Amino acid sequence: MSTASTSVPSSPARGAGAPLLEVDDLRVQFRTGSGLVNAVNGVSYTVSEGETVAILGESGSGKSVSAQAIMGILDSPPAEVTSGRIVFEGRDLLTLPEEEQRRVRGPGISMIFQDALSSLNPVYSVGFQIGEMFRAHRGTSRKEAKQHAVELMERVRIPAAKERVNDYPHQFSGGMRQRVMIAMALALDPRILIADEPTTALDVTVQAQVMDLLKDLQRDTGMGLILITHDLGVVNEVADNVAVMYAGRIVERGTVDEVFGNPAHPYTDGLMRSIPQVEVKGGRLQPIGGQPPNLAAIPSGCPFHPRCPKRRTGAEAAPGRDCVADVPPLRLVLPGREAACHYSEEVLDA
Amino acid sequence: MGRYIARRLLLTIPVMLGASFLIFALVYALPGDPIRALGGDRPLAPAVVAQLTDEFNLNDPLWLQYVKYVGDLLQGDFGTDFRGREVLDTITQRMPVTIKLALVAIAFEIVIGIVAGVMAGIRKNGFFDNVVLVSTTLIVSIPILVLAFVAQFTLGLQLGLFPIAGVNDGWYSYLLPGLVLAAGSLAYVARLTRTSIAENMRADYVRTARAKGLPRRDVIVRHTLRNSLIPVVTFVGADIGTLMGGAIVTETVFNLPGIGRAVFDAVRAQEGAVVVGIVTLLVFVFIFFNLVVDVLYAVLDPRIRYE
Repeated sequence: MSTASTSVPSSPARGAGAPLLEVDDLRVQFRTGSGLVNAVNGVSYTVSEGETVAILGESGSGKSVSAQAIMGILDSPPAEVTSGRIVFEGRDLLTLPEEEQRRVRGPGISMIFQDALSSLNPVYSVGFQIGEMFRAHRGTSRKEAKQHAVELMERVRIPAAKERVNDYPHQFSGGMRQRVMIAMALALDPRILIADEPTTALDVTVQAQVMDLLKDLQRDTGMGLILITHDLGVVNEVADNVAVMYAGRIVERGTVDEVFGNPAHPYTDGLMRSIPQVEVKGGRLQPIGGQPPNLAAIPSGCPFHPRCPKRRTGAEAAPGRDCVADVPPLRLVLPGREAACHYSEEVLDA
Repeated sequence: MGRYIARRLLLTIPVMLGASFLIFALVYALPGDPIRALGGDRPLAPAVVAQLTDEFNLNDPLWLQYVKYVGDLLQGDFGTDFRGREVLDTITQRMPVTIKLALVAIAFEIVIGIVAGVMAGIRKNGFFDNVVLVSTTLIVSIPILVLAFVAQFTLGLQLGLFPIAGVNDGWYSYLLPGLVLAAGSLAYVARLTRTSIAENMRADYVRTARAKGLPRRDVIVRHTLRNSLIPVVTFVGADIGTLMGGAIVTETVFNLPGIGRAVFDAVRAQEGAVVVGIVTLLVFVFIFFNLVVDVLYAVLDPRIRYE
């Protein structure tokens, strides 16, 4: 079980508790042939040193897009960050000139992706691709960069690193490739690592090894980890705090234990009921009915209302809390717990 | 890799034999008597015709003529034309012209084609992309013969920018014919590069390159262009052989004394030995560059291995 919000202070110079990264009211739109797609609609969260924040959501919930917005690697056009702030080390990345942003990517914030095979360039050796980090950011010579690459490959526990440094990505197994990605991302000791579904493409035993490695490396460096996933098990094992996303918004937030143990939003509640549990024998899994929302036409009011079993509208609804008409704000429902539901208290009691 | 190359080289032997026999048979099938035609308006004496016909084995059946030809060829004898000129001399004299022409054409193809393709591909659906789309469509839809005459007339004659014929101005003489020869392939290279770049710009590893904080130049040149050029390089390599073939029209229009012009003249005079000699050589060039391309492919893309 994860220990809630333990910070490992590795550099005493940093103010305790002050967040490393602060995302505030981030909004991202895509202009497509069929109209505007609202992928991220006002997302806010913070990440502190040594903290693991899980962003949980289904495909199309905006979790990957918000991460790519933080990295500044969204394709623009069609994507556009329409509002918000991304404050890292006291500076709003969105207002920085491109060259300054580039200098943050790698040494400041780094990212690993789901499919390591397609995310590594097939025509360069892994050593070259890891070494590029040093050459681009520190002007290291090619030879020295390769030495650093070997050290990093050893650090992520790739066997025979010295012999394998000149091998190409396709010559590695899936798990080893993801380690190469991790080595590359950690090359310059970033303060924040964004891991976008890092284990989804791997089989279960390898998943566990890769997650263990990430946790170990986090313990060593004290970096903040943003873990983007739809895997509830992974969240449960490694994250301190979790933000559940739906239709480009955060619908619930809190420590993993509390959110998973007692959901305050019907969507989170539905997620919990849709996974098998060891304690419950013979029960049927309950899928969440309906379809994920179309981001080009997000439902009015609460975006989850068409699928919500606790929906209240018209005469049933309290004034100003009509699920079809009024957008529920993300509000404090318990100490340290936030949810965007008009009727959270009823969900919590259930 | 060595074994692969050896096997491919061995394979060229049957291909060359087959190709040369086909050409040989085609020349044999041409109507008319080439020996009688030698005399022009004044008919040759029957004894002379008979002697020449015998000398060039023209009374033998096709297969025997071919066997005798290949037999001579294996001893390094390319034979002579009907006027007694060594075919090998014709080839060595005329080859440099065609090689220069092909080099100029390849240079145009690579430089203009790739630059236009990259600029179009980086900003897909932008203004320049549309300019490239329209102009390349125009170029590929005009036959090279028409293109050659139009270029010769407008750029050469009316504007006086280039020499219109011959090789008296050194490399300068080759610019216009080279451009004409390259036109079709150039358009194709531009389109191929454009598509390849546009596709690779969306590749996951390009996103990784940006996430690594690499400068834009490295992202484009190292992680987009390098990968995108693999199909382009293979096309250009295979195209060298095609260009040599296209030289027949270009050299004739621009009156360049190259190998294409020699084939053109030889076909008209039914000079079997010349046609077969040169075309077989072109077949070899084609096969050779295809092999070079396949080897290059493995060098450029480490995922490809031939063992």
